[in-house]
Amino acid sequence: MRDPLNKKIVSIQPSGIRKFFDIVTEMEDAISLGVGEPDFDTPWHIRDEGIYSLEKGKTHYTSNAGLKELKVEINKFLTRRYGISYDVDSEIMVTVGGSEAIDIAMRAMLDPGDEVLIPQPSYVSYLPCAVLANGTPVVIELKAEHEFRLTPQELEDAITPKTKLLVLPFPNNPTGAVMEKGDLEKIAEIVKKHDIFVLSDEIYSELTYLENHISIASLPGMWERTIVINGFSKSHAMTGWRLGYACGPAVIIKEMLKIHQYAIMCAPTTSQYAAVEALRNGDDDVAAMREEYDGRRRYLLHRFREMGLSCFEPFGAFYAFPCIREFGMTSEEFSTELLKSQKLAVVPGTAFGDSGEGFIRISYAYSLENLKKAMDRMEAFITELRKKREA
Amino acid sequence: MREKLLTFIEKNSRIDLKELAIVLGVDEAAVINELEKMEAEHIICGYHTIIDWDKVGLEKVTAMIEVRVTPQRGMGFDKVAERIYNYPEVNSVYLISGGFDFMVTIEGKTLREVSQFVSDKLSPLDSVLSTKTNFILKKYKDHGTVIAEPAKDERIQMIP
Repeated sequence: MRDPLNKKIVSIQPSGIRKFFDIVTEMEDAISLGVGEPDFDTPWHIRDEGIYSLEKGKTHYTSNAGLKELKVEINKFLTRRYGISYDVDSEIMVTVGGSEAIDIAMRAMLDPGDEVLIPQPSYVSYLPCAVLANGTPVVIELKAEHEFRLTPQELEDAITPKTKLLVLPFPNNPTGAVMEKGDLEKIAEIVKKHDIFVLSDEIYSELTYLENHISIASLPGMWERTIVINGFSKSHAMTGWRLGYACGPAVIIKEMLKIHQYAIMCAPTTSQYAAVEALRNGDDDVAAMREEYDGRRRYLLHRFREMGLSCFEPFGAFYAFPCIREFGMTSEEFSTELLKSQKLAVVPGTAFGDSGEGFIRISYAYSLENLKKAMDRMEAFITELRKKREA
Repeated sequence: MREKLLTFIEKNSRIDLKELAIVLGVDEAAVINELEKMEAEHIICGYHTIIDWDKVGLEKVTAMIEVRVTPQRGMGFDKVAERIYNYPEVNSVYLISGGFDFMVTIEGKTLREVSQFVSDKLSPLDSVLSTKTNFILKKYKDHGTVIAEPAKDERIQMIP
């Protein structure tokens, strides 16, 4: 029989955390800090609007780009929070989570051979999406000594005449790193100088703990070369609703919309009605969740300091990315041992790229009580490791 | 800090003070100081426990009683309220707008005990015009806490 498969998709590796997932789901009384989604349920008034829309029979397709009233609210939100605005009819489209937006943006923008700069450690889907879009992914290895921010030098060094697109994943999963205005301004200069585009994945934009998030699209001359991706999963705890959006120049959105139209038709209707409510009346929920995450973040950092685990201060998302190099193990060895001996699951940094070696991702989308138990286990584990090394 | 502190301990009053300080990002001494001040000012009026007594198997009856009264000259409702809330059987007293004046909750061991309290103590008060006793059949949510079993974490345990 002929090989039924496409060689490109066969060459793509499945996500590296599968192994841990299998162990942890079978382990009794394991604590997992491996979850990359909010622990909060969607606020009730938002769920209620979803239910109400079903009761009213809003069970049909919406237009391809999404409900007009949702796009209006998205635009208002982006304007009031980040000072960027878009034409509701041609520059905003609603997608099935931020994930779809990443995929179709790359497919709409890349030709074979175009290079896509992907700073790592970062979310697992940029690289495969670039490959599937016939682009050539070029990894930029971010450094702990720069708090995992993208530096102008690192960017400049990675650019070639073939470079077309820069993925800008901040606030960052898995490191919790943010880019402040000063950092972004330097990046913007280089982007403009080399005439490349930016895919700015801002899905964690509402979860920052230092200052408000800055979108690179709000900097001079950047709006016209940036696709902003955002959504409701992290900000409004709506992961299961699968709802995100992309905004940018009409010429790009128009082509993205074609792919979306043929592959997806439209984002889930119920979710879109719920999202209208989220944007109209949800700011207080977001603020309350942010406050809660921030307290947990401070607690984790305190515990790391107490147990002498080195970690730069993460100012965004809900992850901390401590360094485990002192133990002379790889991230995967460390995580595996930790799971086996203390029944505590974390994600090895290498799941997010080779430059995550020597680090582990700890999610604080967990109750304080849970984090406390988890940190007690972590402390017991590294105390034991240190003892062994001394002996 | 006051508002943050209160918002936090309203939901979790048993948190260790050292941890509370870490979570709020302030000094432990400052937290203790602020708590003591608010206790003295009676902003913090107590630390209580929400109990599902049904599970303990102990018989307990709670009633919410709508009370209509004539306010007393020169003292309004406060004096009447005081006469009511001084009974230890009385759990809470609220002055209410609308069709009646006070909402009084009373706890007792049996229906009879509660009814007796209403007929022997509450109704005969001079200023009380009428009472309407509503017995609570089931408590679903109290002080912002759902009484039913807390939901389990059903998230997939490893998500990138």
